[in-house]
Amino acid sequence: MTTLKQLRGSAAIAGVATYGCGEAPGHTDMELLAEAARRAVADAGLAMKDIDGLCTASASATMWAMPVIEYLGLRPSYIDSTMLGGSSFIAHLLPAMQALASGQCNAVLVCYGSAQRTATFGRKEVVASRRFLDPQPYETPYEPMQPLSAYALAASRHMHEFGTTRRDLAEVAVAARAWARLNPEAFMRGPLSIDDVLGARMVCDPLSVRDSCLVTDGAGAFVLVRADHARDLPREPVHVLGTGTAVWNRQISSMHDLTMTAARDSGRAAFGMAGLAPRDIDVVQLYDAFTINVLLFLEDLGFCAKGEGGAFVRDGAIAPGGRLPVNTNGGGLSCVHPGMYGIFALIEAVRQLRGEGGERQVAGAVTALAHGNGGTLSSQATAVLGLAQAL
Amino acid sequence: MTNSSTTSQATATGVLARHQAELDAGRFLIQRCGACQRAVYFPRALCPHCGAGEPAMVAPAGTGAVYAVTTVRRKPEAGGDYNVCIVELDEGVRLMSRVEGMPLADVRIGLRVRARVVVPPGGSGMVVFGAATGDAA
Repeated sequence: MTTLKQLRGSAAIAGVATYGCGEAPGHTDMELLAEAARRAVADAGLAMKDIDGLCTASASATMWAMPVIEYLGLRPSYIDSTMLGGSSFIAHLLPAMQALASGQCNAVLVCYGSAQRTATFGRKEVVASRRFLDPQPYETPYEPMQPLSAYALAASRHMHEFGTTRRDLAEVAVAARAWARLNPEAFMRGPLSIDDVLGARMVCDPLSVRDSCLVTDGAGAFVLVRADHARDLPREPVHVLGTGTAVWNRQISSMHDLTMTAARDSGRAAFGMAGLAPRDIDVVQLYDAFTINVLLFLEDLGFCAKGEGGAFVRDGAIAPGGRLPVNTNGGGLSCVHPGMYGIFALIEAVRQLRGEGGERQVAGAVTALAHGNGGTLSSQATAVLGLAQAL
Repeated sequence: MTNSSTTSQATATGVLARHQAELDAGRFLIQRCGACQRAVYFPRALCPHCGAGEPAMVAPAGTGAVYAVTTVRRKPEAGGDYNVCIVELDEGVRLMSRVEGMPLADVRIGLRVRARVVVPPGGSGMVVFGAATGDAA
């Protein structure tokens, strides 16, 4: 039996790519995915024929792995189409590592694409379809504006229990924008102040439109191979030191505690496998669907104590030049958010470790954490990544 | 009451349908597990706490407190702003709902509320809450 500790560092990300981030009018989800996939495979120094493992998920197509395999012309021996919302592509890591370790496959392509911003069939239709295909009969009658209302409810509870303020939430959005201003790929790069966020149009109190992620097009892909294989490929390997996934609920009303997410468990698993702690992490990428997410995940992943997220982010602490670099691409709030963001958090972590961050590069980053969230604070997946010197 | 040995039309329907039928008749029921005695909501076919078979439907006290709250902003021509909240019943379970009959800004966490069932015209029965004024609970 292979233990999780034995899997630590056994696989590495050898290639990454994004494509069509922002607006890509006239493209389908599949076209964006395929281009990101082609570029990620090339980035890894591989050919598409070398790919014998495929992980993917779609927010609308339930059998998505099949058309992706067909489109890319693959014959994979390892297939994972597990759908855990925006956390999927980080949740795909551990089974893929096990498949690589067992020899079931040699090169796994993890890929996602969405044209939700410019497509004629978009979020609105997907949400309407879900009312029938994936009903939530005990929430839908009250017309929550999902996913926003769920996060607003969590924010209200966090503010009530811990004295967190709208200004604390605004710090998260302002930090994300400050990072985005250093990233040519980011969709929103204009200046943004605390007052801008506080004065923005409210959507679901206490969250305003500036507390909310973008709605963009975009695709992302990465290639995972065994570590020894990665060392023979052109890019500096980014090893998966630890990873974990946890789900406690689907509906926001079923959360055991609205101020604590299953990231408590996914983070503990990822850090445990990695043999590292939050203080060992150089750069952090958190799934910021809404500003409250960042506070919850900083707490649940152990970067600060429960309830102290607001204090932790104050005065630009997670912005460029702050004590902890968080969401260095601008995150889902200012860089890109095509329905599911998790793969972009992971790709930005890899780019930082490779030193490809350009103006936004965190000097000397050796370790990174990427965290994915899915549903309405429902699914959580965490990955701890590191360069060879962290092994 | 449910009994796996009976096979009438009424008992052949699922827990969701039976719970909804009660709501449509103006009755709000939760569940209580006969094995572990814990309250359960939303209603389901097994106890999520101990795994025992379908918990019995019981009437809650109907009182509770607002646990989390948001005001959903909507254009006036579309009906205007409205409340969505999560209420924790005194039995310890929570549900999504809304508080009616008071200014939105006054619906705050901790507010004592009392359940009632409304049946929208042509719609299904649903649980909403109002402030539990004069409530001794």
